[in-house]
Amino acid sequence: MTLPDPLQDQHRYIPNASEDVREMLGVIGVDSIDRLFETIPGDVKLDRMLDIPGPWSEIESRRWFRELAARNKTAADHLSFLGGGAYAHYQPACVDQLLLRAEFLTSYTPYQPEVSQGTLQSIFEYQTHQCMLTGLDVANASLYDGSTALCEAVLLADRVVKNRTKVIIARSMHPQYTATVRTYVQNLGYEIVEVGWTKEGRIDLQALKRACTPDVFAVAIQSPNFLGVLEDYDAIGAVTNGAVKIAVIAEATSLGIVSPPGKHGFEICVGEGQAWGVPTQFGGPYVGFMVVKEALKRHMPGRLVGQTVDVDGRRAFVLTLATREQHIRRGKATSNICTNEALIALAANMYLSLMGKEGLREVAWQSMQKAAYLRDRLLASGKVTLPFSGAVYNEFVIRTSFPAAEILADLEHEQILGGIPLAQFYAGHENDFLVAVTELHTREHLDRYVGVLSAAIARERR
Amino acid sequence: MTTVVEQESATAAVPQGANREGLIFEHSKKGRRGYRLPALDVPERSDLLSPSLMRDEIANEVEVSEVDVIRHFTRLSKLNVSIDAGLYPLGSCTMKHNPRLNEELARTPGFALSHPLQADHQVQGNLELLWHIEQTLKEIFGMPRVTLQPVAGAHGELTGILMIHKALAKSGNARKFILIPDSAHGTNPASAAFAGYEVKELKSNSRGTLDLHLLEQHVDEDVAALMITVPNTLGVFETEIRKMAEILHRKGAYLYCDGANLNAFVGIARPGDMGIDLIHSNLHKTFSTPHGGGGPGAGPVGVSERLVPFLPTPTVERRDDGSFYLDDDHPDSIGRMRAFNGNFNVLVRALTYMRSMGPDGLRRIAQIAVLNANYIRARLKGTYHLPYDAPSLHEVVFSDKNQTPHEVHTLDIAKRLMDYGFHPPTIYFPLIVAGALMIEPTESEPKEELDAFCDAMLAIARECEERPELVRSAPHTTPVRRLDEARAARQPVLRWQPRSD
Repeated sequence: MTLPDPLQDQHRYIPNASEDVREMLGVIGVDSIDRLFETIPGDVKLDRMLDIPGPWSEIESRRWFRELAARNKTAADHLSFLGGGAYAHYQPACVDQLLLRAEFLTSYTPYQPEVSQGTLQSIFEYQTHQCMLTGLDVANASLYDGSTALCEAVLLADRVVKNRTKVIIARSMHPQYTATVRTYVQNLGYEIVEVGWTKEGRIDLQALKRACTPDVFAVAIQSPNFLGVLEDYDAIGAVTNGAVKIAVIAEATSLGIVSPPGKHGFEICVGEGQAWGVPTQFGGPYVGFMVVKEALKRHMPGRLVGQTVDVDGRRAFVLTLATREQHIRRGKATSNICTNEALIALAANMYLSLMGKEGLREVAWQSMQKAAYLRDRLLASGKVTLPFSGAVYNEFVIRTSFPAAEILADLEHEQILGGIPLAQFYAGHENDFLVAVTELHTREHLDRYVGVLSAAIARERR
Repeated sequence: MTTVVEQESATAAVPQGANREGLIFEHSKKGRRGYRLPALDVPERSDLLSPSLMRDEIANEVEVSEVDVIRHFTRLSKLNVSIDAGLYPLGSCTMKHNPRLNEELARTPGFALSHPLQADHQVQGNLELLWHIEQTLKEIFGMPRVTLQPVAGAHGELTGILMIHKALAKSGNARKFILIPDSAHGTNPASAAFAGYEVKELKSNSRGTLDLHLLEQHVDEDVAALMITVPNTLGVFETEIRKMAEILHRKGAYLYCDGANLNAFVGIARPGDMGIDLIHSNLHKTFSTPHGGGGPGAGPVGVSERLVPFLPTPTVERRDDGSFYLDDDHPDSIGRMRAFNGNFNVLVRALTYMRSMGPDGLRRIAQIAVLNANYIRARLKGTYHLPYDAPSLHEVVFSDKNQTPHEVHTLDIAKRLMDYGFHPPTIYFPLIVAGALMIEPTESEPKEELDAFCDAMLAIARECEERPELVRSAPHTTPVRRLDEARAARQPVLRWQPRSD
């Protein structure tokens, strides 16, 4: 069968036209492009065109994709209180504009430092911000996201603490993070032990102490945890019995106000940087971060940028300590991460720089105050209870006497995305849902939420 | 290419400090501010955090204005080269044009503001989009299912090997070894080891490909899979790929294909038709999502029928009424590879590209990518040594063998290319070629750009003979010159520190 000659139909992304092709074939010394594919055996060649839509013009693509996007009910046209590891914070206009600069957007991993100083210096700055925010010493250039960053942290701890087989993960860890760890380590012979929470919503310290036997190599907790409650790092550190302490931060803006894990003896802090002004975009791309104590630096997975000088003595930046990485170490690498989330780390660097010392605190302060206002108003309404009494940052669990799914459906009717039902993660929590507040919410939004929720509950009671 | 840089070093003429941009922390000045939030409109409570939970100020965090930030990052950007500015011929990296329509559509509020934990009925547009990209990749791969969860090529490899492990374990024996040719990407052995296997390296033959009899010798009931790159890292197609699959399948093992080089044969041949059981595709390579200085990417994995039950959860399914849902109900699944739904907004970009190309365009990608690579090969062959003479597809690997007599090496040639305005090719890879220069132009390059690149390479070859010191000391015109990389590793400085005065 003869296939249509695609060279007859010039494509806007492919410059060479038939005249170029003819000249180039002449230089190569063959009479057709097909001759260049002769090493692909006939019996594996496709004897037809792919059966897929296109080619589309920009006009057709805009129409189709926008129509699809319009089918979503999102924060674009609803009042949203969704969190659970992905938060809608203020996005400064200049961040996205700067990200679109081709020199950042369309460059590769900075393996050639002489022509990649922009990317390298930005990563060095990003690493510095991470250290300042977490109170730890050495940060890497980024990991995929919060969940895989936790996986890498667990694997790092295993490399450092030899001959132990158990890792403790708080039950109040983001359940999808814990699930990802289970996938990653399924063939490595670890035992994962979960430790539950108290009525404050904090990790059960008595249970944690009992679980911290000499065969435990790491303890991983999240703060604020998946219930929104802040953990007591010092109290946890007092019972971990020599295991590596891993703190997970799924709401990165909390670091603007909450005491950082590095200050309380945690050796590793990993987390999700999405809250630093990255759109929630259905879960990705985000940016995982990892910051560790100095002593762990050579066990760090992923890329690291270091400072050095060029032959003229000028300060310059370069990927360093690469002997840990898979392109050098191959089967003995500390991690298999190669492509990371550099552009999102750049966005985070821009956001952190723009907000700066004051802005990071103010975003956190406002988010916390507004969440507290909503909590207070809800309690005052008498329509809901708050099952966990521990201090929170900007997120908390609401309990009503009715199934969360029904209440949230009522809110959706009023154009409110009112929360995340907990039952999908924790059995026995059918009436509970998780609510997040940020600096983007106004008092009017919060009052409206209380009003609509109260009305929904009143309707259910009838 | 109009000018050839002749000066021994441009720095003498450049004033100290030119071309260099200080760190953002060095721009900081007390009292500057780059943002404004609305005033807090709720009553303030001072009792929310106990003193032990509250942090002190973030010591040394920056204080800069928006102008400072814009200037800083604009200046930094000018220190990078990029595909938008010209050929970026990194072999195995497929640095192709990144259409801006992809960027525009990914920013559609309905996509960008959607939340990963929304109920399925609220995100039907997203789920339908995921379903469409899976359908499209199924057809491109010739495979029954594709997981969209992996967010990078290496992540896809790990996903694939975990699936192989689970499938074999279910049939009674997870086995011990993964076979990997010596020409493979470093991520392959790293992923295999990570998933719990030992790696056995197989030696390439004189064509740079894998010999069937060698494979046959090594495949037994302890071997879980062969991981192979098609075409391989020399750009050479494994002509016996179907027979390799048969050898593996006879012994109950799997054939994993590293799809980093899919750009060579997309629309021309399909992995599924070759007997391949799994392939990951780096969407940031073949399907044009921007590399962004090292990510984000996406690494969907296509699988053969036998492996479908082991796919990561959740999968995207369509009901008879045309609605879509995320399905966690796969008892044999390896589990979740990441929180949420993969790099969704990278997938939006990739599907935009697939629709822009259509079947004709995707086929044309491979045709012109291969034409462009063979054109470079024809123009540079002879001047540069071609260690493996087998016909190659989308990339060509030369070595520095003709230049080493002048004591000029691959690294020097790469650095000198920068003076001519080009990003260097991938160097010293694949490892089976001493002093490798691995060149992949992609279909995005017009003939004029290829000619300019070849002219530069030929001029450098002449310089190697006539003025080797000029090449050895390159680059001369870049924002910084060669770096002291040993010092960076020996005395690591991995963050900025305020002066202690």
